Amino acid sequence: MWTWLHKFASPPHAYRLLGRLAPWFGWPALVIILLAAWWGLVRAPADYQQGDAFRILYVHAPSAWMSMFIYVVMAVAAGIGLIWRIKLAHAAAAASAAVGASFTFLALATGSIWGKPMWGTWWVWDARLTSELILLFLYFGYMALRASFDDPQRADRASAVLAIVGVINVPIIHYSVEWWTTLHQPASVTKLDKPSIAIEMLYPLFMMIVGFQLYYGWLLCRRLRAEILRRERNATWLKEGI
Amino acid sequence: MRRANVSAAAALVFKRDLTLALRRWDEVTQPLIFYVVVTTLFPLATTPDLAQLRTISGGVVWVAALLSSLLALESLFRSDVEDGTMEQWVLSGQPLAWLLLSKVAAHWILTGLPLVLISPVVGTALGLPFDAWGTLVLSLLLGTATLSVLGGIGAALTVGVRRGSVLLSLLVLPLAMPLLIFGARAVSMQMDGDSPAGPLQLLAAIFFLALSLGPLAMSAAIRISVES
Repeated sequence: MWTWLHKFASPPHAYRLLGRLAPWFGWPALVIILLAAWWGLVRAPADYQQGDAFRILYVHAPSAWMSMFIYVVMAVAAGIGLIWRIKLAHAAAAASAAVGASFTFLALATGSIWGKPMWGTWWVWDARLTSELILLFLYFGYMALRASFDDPQRADRASAVLAIVGVINVPIIHYSVEWWTTLHQPASVTKLDKPSIAIEMLYPLFMMIVGFQLYYGWLLCRRLRAEILRRERNATWLKEGI
Repeated sequence: MRRANVSAAAALVFKRDLTLALRRWDEVTQPLIFYVVVTTLFPLATTPDLAQLRTISGGVVWVAALLSSLLALESLFRSDVEDGTMEQWVLSGQPLAWLLLSKVAAHWILTGLPLVLISPVVGTALGLPFDAWGTLVLSLLLGTATLSVLGGIGAALTVGVRRGSVLLSLLVLPLAMPLLIFGARAVSMQMDGDSPAGPLQLLAAIFFLALSLGPLAMSAAIRISVES
């Protein structure tokens, strides 16, 4: 029953499959991000309060969304790797960490740039900025732990435990920080009733999120291939293939 | 050979750790001294005015307690892994999570509890009013115990790593931030005359979550460290 999984998880097969998949993520990502950027930056109406400054939302919100999404993907991949001892899952977690940290940094940087005209300062200790900052620390901890082992198997399994402990903690951190102080506008998209943001502003945002997702898929394919190459550098299938 | 039951084995580990620590007294006292020294830094760095210090006293005590607990946790599993005791435990057939939990409990009694007990004195030196003592002690009791479990996971992961102490702080401090938020908040609410029940209950909730899931993560981490 599980043979398909093991076939998929075998490095040569995964390497070839990821190579074939990558363009199916990469080209749509490029088209959708460009289209969403044009729609969001040019077509969408200016905000009645913030003017054109709100348009940074189209980078800020999808990055923040991706930063959390990738942490969960990383923890799930780490869990799969730990439970079923699938090396490819560990490799996927390893390949995701730096991407997630970059999105987190992008969300922080754009939030700070957005904060300057809106709040008058580059940084405020507001709930969502702070929990995003703590998320960045979690990514750093994960990468630091991974880097501190010479044995890749031990690095995989130890960092997997950390990722799982971390993902249990992420909601606790989020709500504790939320409760600690809040100055930020409440989330305007995730509310289940009518969203408080104009619908014309919302379509490009969702498009941008889809674009970022596809971009992450493309990056993951590429980085996972590189990770497989690095891990299998002494394997015979590589020498025969090249 | 008959195998001892779980609670007997856990009690043995607990007793052994207490005995060992009492023979090396400096490991118990050093984090305590560090705690007092760190709290002394804050008045020197900011102001000697007690009225101003009072507003940050809860936070200062909490940060210092967090740092000195972490300092003490670094060597929690090191000697046992190095001399092979841990391998024997892994192979003993006893549930490793229980053995590690009693080890952490012994460690907390030796390092966490003294820290909690002297914190009213340290707090008073920073201008903490008398009626906030109870809240401070209670919040630190829950907080340091939770931190011992969280730090135990970190210590188990980093046990064979060079420069483990910096790495341990990097791993554990972000995870411990909710404790700091709720703990310091409880103290400041008490000082403002509000009921600190909310943050204290949240601290207790986090403590029980850590107590129930933490030992499993610790034992998984120890197995990884010992097996490879």
